[in-house]
Amino acid sequence: MMNAIDVHMLIRLIIAVVAAMAWVGINALVLVYCERKFAGHIQRRPGPFEVGPHGILQPLADGLKLMGKQLFRPAGADAFLFWLAPMLSLLPVLLLFLPIPYGPMLTAMNVSLGILLILAFSSLNVLALLLAGWSSNNKWGILGAARAVSQSVAYEIPLLLSVLAVTFMTGSFNLSAISTSQGAWPWQWNLMAQPLAFFIYLVSAFGETNRAPFDLAEAESELTAGFHTEYSSMGFGLFFMAEYAYMVVVCSVCTVLFLGGFRGPVADGWWWFLAKTYALLFLMIWVRWTYPRVRFDQLLNINWKWLLPLAVFNLLATAFVMKL
Amino acid sequence: MKRQYAGTDPLAGDFYTRQFEKDRGEHTLVVNMGPQHPSTHGVLRIVIEIDGEYILRADPVLGYLHRMQEKMGEVQTWGQYIPNMGRVDYGHPLAWNWAYVGAVEKLMGIQVPERAEYIRVITCELNRLTSHLLWWGAYILDLGAFTPIMYSFDDREMLLDILQRPTASRLTYGYFRVGGVRKDLDDRCIEMIKAFIPRFRSRLPMYKDLVTDNIILRKRVEDIGIIDRDMCRRYGCSGPVLRGAGEPYDLRRCEPYSIYDRFDFEIPTEETACSAGRYLVRMAEMEQSLRIIEQAVEGLAHAEGGHIMPKAPKPSMKPPKGEAYFAVEGARGKVGVYAVSEGKKVPYRIKLRSPSYSNLHAFAEAAQGTLLADAVATLGSLDLIIPEIDR
Repeated sequence: MMNAIDVHMLIRLIIAVVAAMAWVGINALVLVYCERKFAGHIQRRPGPFEVGPHGILQPLADGLKLMGKQLFRPAGADAFLFWLAPMLSLLPVLLLFLPIPYGPMLTAMNVSLGILLILAFSSLNVLALLLAGWSSNNKWGILGAARAVSQSVAYEIPLLLSVLAVTFMTGSFNLSAISTSQGAWPWQWNLMAQPLAFFIYLVSAFGETNRAPFDLAEAESELTAGFHTEYSSMGFGLFFMAEYAYMVVVCSVCTVLFLGGFRGPVADGWWWFLAKTYALLFLMIWVRWTYPRVRFDQLLNINWKWLLPLAVFNLLATAFVMKL
Repeated sequence: MKRQYAGTDPLAGDFYTRQFEKDRGEHTLVVNMGPQHPSTHGVLRIVIEIDGEYILRADPVLGYLHRMQEKMGEVQTWGQYIPNMGRVDYGHPLAWNWAYVGAVEKLMGIQVPERAEYIRVITCELNRLTSHLLWWGAYILDLGAFTPIMYSFDDREMLLDILQRPTASRLTYGYFRVGGVRKDLDDRCIEMIKAFIPRFRSRLPMYKDLVTDNIILRKRVEDIGIIDRDMCRRYGCSGPVLRGAGEPYDLRRCEPYSIYDRFDFEIPTEETACSAGRYLVRMAEMEQSLRIIEQAVEGLAHAEGGHIMPKAPKPSMKPPKGEAYFAVEGARGKVGVYAVSEGKKVPYRIKLRSPSYSNLHAFAEAAQGTLLADAVATLGSLDLIIPEIDR
């Protein structure tokens, strides 16, 4: 027998997941436009300009074009895994949006282990990349998948450690609690107390989301397109959307952990949250269109030789200071 | 019947893959880089055996863009062959133009008017700049940065606008004629060149600050793809590859042709012999080309003669019996044309010596033991133009 509260929770969950889907879709559209426009201006050109005023409808046109393409599976590919992979890369993302507090009253599910939920489900993405590379029966795909796995596994550790340092300070895994524990002004944010953790988080976030300069899994000049070489149409589209969704997630979490979440000097609310998140997203776009790609061994060296020891040191220092 | 895949099926893959597979190790993977690979810039194909991401063997496979340029020389008249020279190397076509007309002029014993020589120097050096800018943008693109190519094409666009005026073409020039050039540089063209030089001079430090000094780029190219003097000698490498190995060999200085002995310029070299060395040599060469252009534009103002000699040979010319070899310094190295005449309207034999062909073959040795990403960095640093390799 389901009681009223369970039904209430279930309805709430369904609405939240649907809202998360819409949010992912909208963000993908907005980010595609922003990225292309921003890249255009960095490169001394106007960017998309033809579809709609200032090319504002370009992402829709891109999406339509993508959907109109043939879904193609190479001979010798494992059909089941081949189609499972793109879905597996996008679906877990929807859950990641649930525990994020967008505003004081705007949280889909106020879970006490919110940050843990996000870290756990975001790891599933690696599995999707591995499956995609392996099942498409393509040598470049395999290489891309191998890179994706070793990269994600490596960068998850410092990411986790930097998040832990913040939770040590707040004493909570609940993202709402972490938001409200920070003050309204920038100097009251965790960024000031944990600058090293913020830096480590940011670098690891680039690695986790496979964004340039760490976009080795799909390094198009080396591996043609890496793990998604054989994907066309919305098979590729889902990976693409998942990548943007992950970007939004890591930037949202970064906002909550280090930039005070929805807190702002005047009138707390989702507008502060969005502004901070998009500022971080713009930073990611900016870096992508500015820097060359690092080499794979350099990427791992940065992680194992620099980020990881720094993160451990930071964590120990935090623990020590908290105990004092 | 269920199809089998490379490694298990003796009929899988083509001739080259099958030959290459014969010596394959136990836990290695043979991959085809190209002919449709984003960083081989055209249809170069390289078969690579990799262990993890380390390259054990690499073997370039040529012929995907073979257009029988040399055979075409045997069926066209001497004059008709000039447009072909614009299509051998689309990066620096005027060097090929020059090498060919130089060889024919040598056969016929023609002295080109001074003004024509100046025009040749100016256009050829401008074309060298477009070639180096194209390489620079594409190379950084290979290394994963998208933006610099837009900036380099911004400059290249101005150069193409300049070159378009006399040559009436933007990429595959057929501008030189036996005895001079097709059209004189007009005043507007000289103005544009004079405006371009200071602008480009101010851009070069910006390129250095933004791109060359970037730590990620430095780490990607330094000590990668070592091609030292000895290797250069064995493979016949020339141009920036050789100068990047510390050998100041530049035809413009070593075997001065035309009027290059009149100009004051340096031959930049780097001792490192790695991709970074070749990169820096090209960047420095752009500055030197600017110096040459500056002096040549000054010299052009009081040069004697017209842009082409009076009574220049017609396309149906018949050079006297004999053979001639003429080499010029192209953007990629020594560009040589060997022409044999039997005193007929049609050449008996044309042999093209292309620098990319020799430079490419050093790749297989340089790439051994490096990572896949390093192979891309090495290949890009050789500045290959595929139609020049296959001819």
